[in-house]
Amino acid sequence: MSWISKTFSSSIGRKIIVAITGLFLCSFLVVHLIGNLQLFKNDDGVAFNIYSHFMGTNPLIRTLEWGLLLGFGFHIYESLTLWRRNQAARSVGYVSNHSEQNSKWQSRNMALLGTIILIFLLVHLYNFFYRARFGELDPDINNNDDLYTLVVSSFHQWWYVALYVLAQVALCYHLLHGFKSAFQTLGLTHRKYTPAIQAIGYAFSIIVCAGFAIMPLYFFFFTNGQGEPISSVAPLVDSINLALK
Amino acid sequence: MAGSNPNAKPMNLTLKVWRQKNRNSEGKIVDYQVKDISPDMSFLEMLDVLNEDLLHRGEEPVAFDHDCREGICGSCNLFINGRAHGPEKGTTTCQLHMRKFSDGDTITIEPWRANSFPVNKDLSVDRSAFDRIIQAGGYISINTGGTPDANEIPIPKEISDRAFEAATCIGCGACVAACKNASAMLFVSAKVSQLALLPQGHVERKSRVENMVAQMDKEGFGACTNIGSCAAECPVGISLENIAILNREFLAAKATSNNLS
Repeated sequence: MSWISKTFSSSIGRKIIVAITGLFLCSFLVVHLIGNLQLFKNDDGVAFNIYSHFMGTNPLIRTLEWGLLLGFGFHIYESLTLWRRNQAARSVGYVSNHSEQNSKWQSRNMALLGTIILIFLLVHLYNFFYRARFGELDPDINNNDDLYTLVVSSFHQWWYVALYVLAQVALCYHLLHGFKSAFQTLGLTHRKYTPAIQAIGYAFSIIVCAGFAIMPLYFFFFTNGQGEPISSVAPLVDSINLALK
Repeated sequence: MAGSNPNAKPMNLTLKVWRQKNRNSEGKIVDYQVKDISPDMSFLEMLDVLNEDLLHRGEEPVAFDHDCREGICGSCNLFINGRAHGPEKGTTTCQLHMRKFSDGDTITIEPWRANSFPVNKDLSVDRSAFDRIIQAGGYISINTGGTPDANEIPIPKEISDRAFEAATCIGCGACVAACKNASAMLFVSAKVSQLALLPQGHVERKSRVENMVAQMDKEGFGACTNIGSCAAECPVGISLENIAILNREFLAAKATSNNLS
């Protein structure tokens, strides 16, 4: 075995891969969230469909998509390998174990949280990515595929909204541990900067997940079947749209 | 007795103790009653009382590890009421006193649980995996000559303090016991960072971390997921910062050492 494969099949080597891919996936979350904010534009989805058309056809984005797939693949594969190794390290458990007195719940349940996120991801990819890329969507007024209408109709199904919100809560807890944990694994700790990394990790987890969770909640509770804001929130949405123009 | 509290009332306790005949047999929890336990006793003295009782009744006493009973040797290792070394922070089992418990309490006592720490008998476990990790590189083998004069090798106070903090690890294994993954990384990191911080340790810096991590993996310990239970339960307060140093040392060694295998 060469030194490279030996490095990355060691416990620390695998942890480093999980950390690097985890931070890479965090950067994807930012891009995905910012792009999706166009759902809130009250224009019957014209801007959102232009954006999704660009994301689905631009050669650079299409190339990066493979990088994203690899990022998810390595993150999941290496985490599962470590999880199995860790399960095998203690085959007889404790009769009484009060780990809640020495650590945080999310830190001990990263595999469970990751599994919830993975199930969500598969449903999410099938419903939007697969149908946008390989399915037949009706054209909108610009002759772009009308993904917006699919989003609006999906977000009017209660179970779909519930799954999204649950997944975002799981993602939030996953990030609360994962963000700062990645820096620790990469050895990027310092008495001056680590408190800042932890604070940024907390803010990042909450802001990003709240941002994603607001989307299905907004469409379910505050829009009609066409995605237009109901009268009680319409002035607010209009003024925000105007302010951002 | 000096320092004893004359008002302290003796306690009666129910103990749930893990009993296991040997490595290959199945163990189980057995209930015992102990009476008239002084709050001034250490936890191990309380177990001594139990064992006296068992001997008088012609039963096999409970095997448990202990040596100095001063909190410095790292021999004692009991998982008490779901916590490594019991409920008190920064304490070994021998320094835990019965005044932390109340009359009528039920106390569950288990051995460290990790496949790399097989149970010898009852509460006594085999921690030779730690010895083999140290043998893989946790030492300085270069000839440093006779005892040097004080301050002959200039080491900044801050560095020597940090190295000393890491060196306080007593190798008790509470980190492994408390860790959900039964990971030994806090132990390994304490030794690696102690020696990496000091000039005497620099000669073998790269091979040390490579070999110790390889041995740690070979022993079957889990991989750290930065949960933090280890540092929270460590009786001498080894910090998680050491694991970050270990990761850094490992990556730097793998990237720059001349070891191609």
